[in-house]
Amino acid sequence: MGVFRMPSLGADMEAGTLVEWLKQPGEGVKSGDIIAVVETQKGAIEIEVFETGTIQSILIPAGRTVPVGAEMAVIASPAPAAGSMPTAPMAPPPTPEATPVAIPVAKAVLAPTAPLGGARPASPAARHFAAKHGIDLAGIDGSGPDGAIVYVDVEKAWQARQTVAAIPAAPPKAAVVPDSATAMRRAIAAAMTRSKREIPHYYLGHAVDVTATLAWLATNNAGRRPEERIVFGAMLLRALAASLGDYPEFNGFHRDGRFAPSDRIHVGMAVALRQGGLVAPAIHDADKLSLDRLMAAMRDLVNRVRAGRFRGSELADPTITLTSLGELGVDWVLPVIYPPQVAILGAGSPAERSSIVEGRVTVRKICQLTLAADHRASDGHRGALFLRAIAKRLENPVQP
Amino acid sequence: MTRDQIKQILIEEIGNIAPEIDCANIQENAELREELDIDSIGFLNLVIALAKRLSIEVPEADYRRLDTLAGAVDYLAAKAGAAENH
Repeated sequence: MGVFRMPSLGADMEAGTLVEWLKQPGEGVKSGDIIAVVETQKGAIEIEVFETGTIQSILIPAGRTVPVGAEMAVIASPAPAAGSMPTAPMAPPPTPEATPVAIPVAKAVLAPTAPLGGARPASPAARHFAAKHGIDLAGIDGSGPDGAIVYVDVEKAWQARQTVAAIPAAPPKAAVVPDSATAMRRAIAAAMTRSKREIPHYYLGHAVDVTATLAWLATNNAGRRPEERIVFGAMLLRALAASLGDYPEFNGFHRDGRFAPSDRIHVGMAVALRQGGLVAPAIHDADKLSLDRLMAAMRDLVNRVRAGRFRGSELADPTITLTSLGELGVDWVLPVIYPPQVAILGAGSPAERSSIVEGRVTVRKICQLTLAADHRASDGHRGALFLRAIAKRLENPVQP
Repeated sequence: MTRDQIKQILIEEIGNIAPEIDCANIQENAELREELDIDSIGFLNLVIALAKRLSIEVPEADYRRLDTLAGAVDYLAAKAGAAENH
């Protein structure tokens, strides 16, 4: 017998609103199943249960605001109890030693409901959003299975209603800031304020010659269909994940006054949202994925994040974060550590710079890496070695 | 497929990448990636979508031909025209 509790979906989260249960008493669940949808400042998030069994009772009805850690449901274990069963926490426990089974990156699960007045079925998150913003679902095209209306369809329709001034020569601005954007801004503000208040950051920077890597990518991608092409960001991810094994003091959580390294490597990827805001959900076990799988996971994650669909475990689990400014940005970033993590790697846009190779001036592609780390968990000397290890992997692409 | 049809499809797919933008009014010579703030993943999604809808695979070496709306339509029309002539 176990109790399912409200999981923490980010360092800044204290409570969430339970939108809908996707499993009912009497239904069986297995570890990794999505059990409910919770609305937070980051949007509607599907939360997973990490136990196998049968739902015995639901303790909190939909619509309530639930604090993190509160008991939500009782799950009966499948095996008959031979004696007293130890109560184990259902949500991913805060200590790194008991991180959950890696959740495969999958599409959002819909619980199709009875059509509203003859209209197409809509997901619970979509109905909740529509009710909250006074939107008639009958006028919305669904992009989900069998034409079902999903959250992103309703959100798009609602955003389309807000006046968007299209200025072709300048970046577009929304005339009205939607509620969800303001909530996102508050969430970022809370996390970043806490970070700057609590974490003694130190910073290291390094200019990395990525000419060989970019050339290797171009050659590799030349024969590939678009779906299989690899972007530079995936190489950054791979270099970071591969280097963490030797530098555990940069991979884990600082909580309750002490640092605990994680035995798994889940790299959070900072993804900028088009409507403003930033989330950094995890790619689980990034060190164990081949380059192709890493790229597929990265593309899938970015697309789901931008569509507003991500999972609780993806938000709660990053053991370190990568923030890459892509090819549009600036030379370097001084990143802010996302608590309770203890490090963050920043990567600027690769740019052509004059450089000296074997005593001669030449033009190379240079990417500025920056490492921000928590001085309670590590020192600059180790930070420098860690950064050099990442740089070395980026300078010499190893064949996958 | 006509040039206008290609342009329409391109605008639609750009709209999928940048839904908050009024894509019908994109200036022909605006730099797509900068003006619309499309990053490498967004651009890759666009290339994938164009491959599906127009059956045209844009190799990485040709990405620069898609820098502007006008340039992209020219490039895609040429590729589509070339396919029809065979």
